[in-house]
Amino acid sequence: MRIFDPHIHMTSRTTDDYEAMHAAGVRALVEPAFWLGQPRTSLGSFTDYFDALVGWERFRASQFGIAHHCTIALNPKEANDPRCAEVLDVLPRYLAKDGVVAVGEVGFDSMTVEEEKAFARQLELAVEFELPAMVHTPHRDKEQGTRRTLELVTESGLAPGMVVVDHLNEVTVDQVDEAGCWMGFSIYPDTKMDEHRMVAVLQRRGLDRVLVNSAADWGRSDPLKTAKTGAAMLAAGFSADDVDRVLWRNPIEFFGQSGRLLVDPDLADDASDAGSDASATFEGNSILRGSRD
Amino acid sequence: MTDIRPLADDDTVRDALDEDARAQLDALTREVTEDPSRLGRTFPAAARRTGRGPLAGADGVLLEDAVRVSLVRAAAGSLDPEALLSELREVYRYGDSDEKRAVLHALSGAPDEVDGSDLLLDALRTNDTRLVAAAMGPHSDRLDDDSWRQGVLKCLFTGVPVASVTGLARRADRELAEMVQRYRREREAAGRDVPLDVQVVLDACAASPEKQKDS
Repeated sequence: MRIFDPHIHMTSRTTDDYEAMHAAGVRALVEPAFWLGQPRTSLGSFTDYFDALVGWERFRASQFGIAHHCTIALNPKEANDPRCAEVLDVLPRYLAKDGVVAVGEVGFDSMTVEEEKAFARQLELAVEFELPAMVHTPHRDKEQGTRRTLELVTESGLAPGMVVVDHLNEVTVDQVDEAGCWMGFSIYPDTKMDEHRMVAVLQRRGLDRVLVNSAADWGRSDPLKTAKTGAAMLAAGFSADDVDRVLWRNPIEFFGQSGRLLVDPDLADDASDAGSDASATFEGNSILRGSRD
Repeated sequence: MTDIRPLADDDTVRDALDEDARAQLDALTREVTEDPSRLGRTFPAAARRTGRGPLAGADGVLLEDAVRVSLVRAAAGSLDPEALLSELREVYRYGDSDEKRAVLHALSGAPDEVDGSDLLLDALRTNDTRLVAAAMGPHSDRLDDDSWRQGVLKCLFTGVPVASVTGLARRADRELAEMVQRYRREREAAGRDVPLDVQVVLDACAASPEKQKDS
């Protein structure tokens, strides 16, 4: 099983996690810029964080045979703090970089005017930099937040196929599906979705435009939920090719639209050798030609 | 006005690129030649617009590094050493690891008037082995002896081959030998393997002119 986790916050995870993820078949991931738990109060905290996402964390992942990509944005929660507003001005510098595969996480937390302003501005940046957008949906009042999200996406002019609306559930999936956007599902130990409910969604509406992620971070979460969802799919009668589509080819298709992937899309499924030769796998990835833009 | 030595011959780089990538390289080169302050704008996309990976015909050189150094060379053509250094500091400050590494390689091909040792020290504070290796190239001649010795020790500690350290035979001295011996004792006391490069450095220390002068 080869796995591309399209949403995981590795900065908050340990090297044990990297090892376990590689052993489970994870060969590539996307780390969206997000809230760190402790609110930031200055621009410098953000630029150091963004530098780590395109620097140290990418290197750290490479030591475990995993290609690290990231998305860059001012997250909705901190968009409410006027001390963080100037983050929007430095985003272009980071959105130009290799391995930055989307603008994100953007979207709503508490549905404030400030959040909407930052969200709309960052959708403009996605259009300008020809990047996909990763949109976070609120934990509270998710249905209304998702509805307003889709209205803003339409107003932005960004093609629906360039947008993934994340942290969906049974209540919000259909409106995103109808809008033509990609549907992101975060599989968690006790909130958001679990792997069996995920399988039920896949059985009901198919595999098209679906991204399954662990969204593992500093909270109670599990970086192996992608692999566990793959196992649950197989147990429910999906084929190995179906699993490969959801856990590898779909994220490649979505983020490949950025032209910035740092992993071989056709990377061989060598998970059976997992852990035995991580460095060789990484060397294999590292000699790739970049796609052209 | 400042001459930067290329990381690989122009022909070697161009041979590694297809027609489209060569046109991209020409466009990027034109852009920074006309306006050197565009260097920071051309750097991020340089690899994806041309290519990346080991460069055929240039041992140990990455194509993306050679391309970026050639852009620095083009910009440097109309910058005095001070202006070039200022530009390189900006590119380094806001660069990802690949861009930072290319700046370090460009410094290694810079003339004496360009002193980017502050950037080398920044790279040596990281634990990114690609940056540490690039920092210990030819430009490390600018580092004072204490910083240089710490750089060599860091190479041993992080597994960067000391073959990439410039001036090892010339600068290795008794003090470095003592530092490395202490490192070896620590490894042995812990029952850990001692990297083969430890002996390489100790041999260099034993054979160096510095050592003979001191003894």
